[in-house]
Amino acid sequence: MTDYLTLSLLLFTIGAAGVLIRRNAIVVFMCIELMLNATNLAFVTFSRQHGTLDGQVAAFFVMVVAAAEVVVGLAIIVSIYRTRRTTSVDDASLLKL
Amino acid sequence: MNAFWILAPIMVLAALGLVLCRKAVHSALCLAVVMLGLAVLYAAQGAPFLFAVQVIVYTGAIMMLFLFVLMLVGVETADSLHETIRGQRAVSLVVTLLFGIVAIVGVAQAVTGAVSGFGNQPNVLGLAALLFGPYVLAFELTSALLITAALAAMVLAHRDRLSIRPTQAWLSQQRMRDFADTGKHPGNPPTPGVFARHNAVDTPALLPDGSPLEESISSTLIARGQGGSRTDAVRLEEDE
Repeated sequence: MTDYLTLSLLLFTIGAAGVLIRRNAIVVFMCIELMLNATNLAFVTFSRQHGTLDGQVAAFFVMVVAAAEVVVGLAIIVSIYRTRRTTSVDDASLLKL
Repeated sequence: MNAFWILAPIMVLAALGLVLCRKAVHSALCLAVVMLGLAVLYAAQGAPFLFAVQVIVYTGAIMMLFLFVLMLVGVETADSLHETIRGQRAVSLVVTLLFGIVAIVGVAQAVTGAVSGFGNQPNVLGLAALLFGPYVLAFELTSALLITAALAAMVLAHRDRLSIRPTQAWLSQQRMRDFADTGKHPGNPPTPGVFARHNAVDTPALLPDGSPLEESISSTLIARGQGGSRTDAVRLEEDE
């Protein structure tokens, strides 16, 4: 159990580092996906530890919400790219297109 | 446990690659590796339904979406190494290292006691009983969420056409007008590269007087610097 949790937290930490370090909005987004996946692994691990399926249901809902989030986020990135010709997170700092 | 020890180093390396790769496409491929590894770990932990969902939804749908947007935005856009806030990279590395150590020491050691496991409990049936039982309201709400997200994506990615769409009749009249004004040939340009020795698309067609016709090569090839004035005769000399 501890191994799985350690891996999950390791992936989460790497994802968090990527969000802080990278400039490209799409890569930042992928790092967020990595963090969501890491939490899913923790959910599934705890589910097996307790012997109930509630953790797997939680992981399932995380996946659904992540799918919706990716759709909207990528649409925002595309519309920002259309007006600014860049996907760097530093250039879109005014909360407007 | 074997699957875990084989996959865990690969997944950590791929996750590091996701953060460290300069090009976004390489990062996307690294992320796909991590997601597939996670799918196998789900299967190893008694979650076959989540294994299928992970492969179909994450590596199938979400990664495809990422790659599509990367193609739209331009694959070649590499990250700039310029730091907007001075020392931000070093500070964020220190912060994440501290966070990782605290999380791994604190949370990962929190599990004690024997693993319960699922026994002979059917996975998909059990999940269905939970989803359509206690969690049915949340499940219904996700449908509203997905519809809202789909509409939002359409609204955000939509762009109104600013000019009138040219019709076929207008285009043909414009061709004749161009011919009258500038003498541009109204017909189809000749196709490139249909010769005895070379039939590649980057070989320009030859006019009746033997000179190459640059317009017969796709403008994309010329922009890439792959097409050009290398005629069949020139290539023949190069080959020999």
